[in-house]
Amino acid sequence: MGMTLTEKIIARHAGLDHVKPGQIVSAKVDLCMANDATMRLNVDIFENKVKATRVFDPDRVILIMDHQVPADSPQTAEVHDLSRRFAERYGLTYFYETEGICHQVMVEKHVEPGMLVVGADSHTNSYGVIGAVSCGMGSTDVVAVMVRGETWLQVPHSVKVELTGSLGAGVYSKDVILNLVKRTTVSGLTYKAVEFTGPGLDGIAVPQRFTLCNMTTETGAKSSMIAPDAATYDYIRAVRGSAPEPDPTLFSDPDAVYEQTYRIDLGSLTPQVARPHSVDNVVDVGETAGVAIDQAFLGACTNARIEDLREAAKVMDGRKVAKGVRFMVTPASRSVYLQGMREGLLDTFMSAGAIVNHPGCSACWGACQGVLAAGQTMISSGNRNFKGRAGSADSNIYLSSPATVAASAIAGKITDPREFLR
Amino acid sequence: MTDKTIADPIAGRSWKLGHDIDTDQIIPSQYLVLGSLAQMATHCLETQRGDFAKECRPGDIVVAGRNFGCGSSREQAPIVLKTLGVGAIVALGYARIFARNAINNALPVIVLPEAEQIADGSRLRLDLAEGVLEDLDAGRTYRFEPLAGLPGRILEAGGLINYLRAEQTA
Repeated sequence: MGMTLTEKIIARHAGLDHVKPGQIVSAKVDLCMANDATMRLNVDIFENKVKATRVFDPDRVILIMDHQVPADSPQTAEVHDLSRRFAERYGLTYFYETEGICHQVMVEKHVEPGMLVVGADSHTNSYGVIGAVSCGMGSTDVVAVMVRGETWLQVPHSVKVELTGSLGAGVYSKDVILNLVKRTTVSGLTYKAVEFTGPGLDGIAVPQRFTLCNMTTETGAKSSMIAPDAATYDYIRAVRGSAPEPDPTLFSDPDAVYEQTYRIDLGSLTPQVARPHSVDNVVDVGETAGVAIDQAFLGACTNARIEDLREAAKVMDGRKVAKGVRFMVTPASRSVYLQGMREGLLDTFMSAGAIVNHPGCSACWGACQGVLAAGQTMISSGNRNFKGRAGSADSNIYLSSPATVAASAIAGKITDPREFLR
Repeated sequence: MTDKTIADPIAGRSWKLGHDIDTDQIIPSQYLVLGSLAQMATHCLETQRGDFAKECRPGDIVVAGRNFGCGSSREQAPIVLKTLGVGAIVALGYARIFARNAINNALPVIVLPEAEQIADGSRLRLDLAEGVLEDLDAGRTYRFEPLAGLPGRILEAGGLINYLRAEQTA
């Protein structure tokens, strides 16, 4: 029987010819990533509980500071310092303090098709965009990988999402994934491997595919996958200057078994919005029209790449942020920030009255910049609208595409971006 | 924090919660920078149950709906529950990372389709090895599948670190 690409990659890393869903295997890990949000605990487990003295490979354990950069309190600065000293002590080759959001940095610089990657962050499954199997883990599991270079995994059942047609103006991959989360619910794909496929993918650029993979976390999925194609290798070459040789074995077999298939006709979609306080509480943007906002946030590992900035800037161009609204733009990485500067996009945002922040997780997780007060409402391009996630437990978060965020920032209330794109 | 063995029954009161309790609710992100887990634990579930951190006693059992522990990978979530003395969680289902983090910290996570029938504050008695949960106040007994395989062995060893240590010396 054939295997999905996810199963093939897990089998390869477990040293097996074949694996099947439900099977528990021990697998070698190519890369292990951790960030500042959990480093205090990671270091404690590594040094005090496991009493480890080395990492399995200093080139493959990567630390990225992104959740609270620059430090916003003495405690945060202490976590960064602890992480920096950890990197020095064990001779880690890669320690990033000011490069941007961990998942963006990993995809820009490190992940390759066919890899198995784990990370101390729930959105680590984003690397499926590059054709890697990746998943998030807690600190004990991550430390075990840092030390041993391997982990145990239960092979997930695969679920296929088949995309056909092409997206209309003002509709983006964010709208596709919000629509999917609505259909699956926030727990409907718990422990599954989600594979995006179909001719519709051809019209979606790699950075936009990232958004699809990133938010499979919000369905409960373990991992996500897009089989690498020419666009994948072109993307890697564009951001790194070179790309690995395409591996012709990285595809799902035609007779691979999927537990379920979801079909989405991209042409039928409209801009979508997730209402508070659950990511599956998704409606057409029209149903939220008129909801007044205090803050608009264009950022997060979900949607803060150069294409997102371009789409938002198109909406913003020559217009002003509504009085009383804070519009925060936080590019996903240094390279996105620089590109945004070169293209004049940051100029467009600042001239419109926005704030452009240094790359990082920012308002998405509410522990540093742009925290909400009680009674306030934010529309965000991030991936979660949990109660209290971005500040007060009495605040509200709506999720949408960057274009919808920009349109809403201009109008001061949730607005269909197509109104500004005509 | 001492790890009991899987053979010791767990007895305490139920703390009833709803569906989709996420890790931001279990330990809000702004407290993750606090230096100690004990300090963090004082904020556990504060937006859901203001009295939880103060009133939770060793052996108490969290009873929840679907998708418990969804959201972030932060392992501080099961750890603060354990720090407060929570003996086990009984729910309709769990988010993947949370379940694994809980087992790695020897915090039993039990799937029980009848979880919603248990009232808040009920006196419960849980036998993990036998797969039996008794609701002493309601006079009901529920049976569940004891955790088996590798996750079961990790739980039994008192968490992943103990398990790996034992594996190395075996």
